[in-house]
Amino acid sequence: MRLILITLLALIIATAVGLGATWMTATRGTDLGTLTIGAWTARPKTGTADVDPYSRATIARSGELPVGTGDGVAFSATSDDRKRPLDGRCDVVVSGVTPAARFWTLTLYDQKGRLVANSLQRYGFTSQEIIRGADGAFEIRVASRSRAGNWLPTGGIERYALMLRLYDTPVGVATRTQRDAPMPSIATAGCP
Amino acid sequence: MIRLVFTIIAGVLLGGIVHLVSVLALPRIATQDAYSRLTPMTKLNAVTPLALADPNNAPMPFMDPAFALAICRYDLSGGSIKLTVPVSQAYTSVSFYTRNEVAYYAINDRSAGKKVIELDLMTEAQHNELPEDEDVTAADRLIIDSPTATGLIVLKALAPEPGLMPQAQATLAASSCKVQTEPPPAKR
Repeated sequence: MRLILITLLALIIATAVGLGATWMTATRGTDLGTLTIGAWTARPKTGTADVDPYSRATIARSGELPVGTGDGVAFSATSDDRKRPLDGRCDVVVSGVTPAARFWTLTLYDQKGRLVANSLQRYGFTSQEIIRGADGAFEIRVASRSRAGNWLPTGGIERYALMLRLYDTPVGVATRTQRDAPMPSIATAGCP
Repeated sequence: MIRLVFTIIAGVLLGGIVHLVSVLALPRIATQDAYSRLTPMTKLNAVTPLALADPNNAPMPFMDPAFALAICRYDLSGGSIKLTVPVSQAYTSVSFYTRNEVAYYAINDRSAGKKVIELDLMTEAQHNELPEDEDVTAADRLIIDSPTATGLIVLKALAPEPGLMPQAQATLAASSCKVQTEPPPAKR
């Protein structure tokens, strides 16, 4: 009787630990093969045939299609440079320059990867649409209310993610540091 | 007491195995992966344009709204596939995914170097069956080996400004993806 109970307990622990760990890694992702520059994170290997099993599990669970390496690379950010989570009710400024790429797009998603509805139907910017300063740098204001210049509406949702995708770019598996890939800074400018 | 500690250790160790097995099995058992999501809305071995991503209706999460998208869901068991994609003004790319969403190949308009991206997609076995001299004579013919018999080809055309979206969609509408029915030319 005691043996059965103990075996049962071990099996229950095994199921909880095993499936719990899988759920955690598939939902939040792992640090395996990630490239972090400032607030931005990319997983260049997810676009190749030697993608790690954890990324494969994450992709299968979310239902997205990763950007292939011959196509480009995707950087995502869920917090600003000071690790403060991106809040749709605050004013967030994304500014600076981007790594070398033929085109890039910056898109705002909610936590499930859906676009956020707004009256302008503006879900992001492409490198051609953006208004730049004389030095080539740009400044995007991510806010719920309309702002002058490059305004990206948040729809006032609490948490969101920004995704910067570089197309036809040398940035990839070999990239390590900010010097290879100067990413724009993300700063929370003010909260109501 | 010792027995309880032992049980917990055994449980955690077993849990590690359960974790590894479930992570490896997840891509195979997932029902909401991209391939399963796209299967009902795409034709087999033909190019199906996808509706533009919008907040209420997106076939997949994290789609880039600046791109026009078309899918060719392929099955190579009936023969190799010929893919032709005309290049749009801004940026066009073609990405290949296996049945389990491994991106095994991607090419863009510049690396294709021509006005039209032309590719032959086949399994490794079909590639080996090709007459050898044909491989050489058709040097500009790009042959891609698919690791799985089924999978997805994603055609993307960028609309750098919203006004250019119809143009990007028209480019993809002119692309084709079909099974090569005629047998490869015999050896000379």
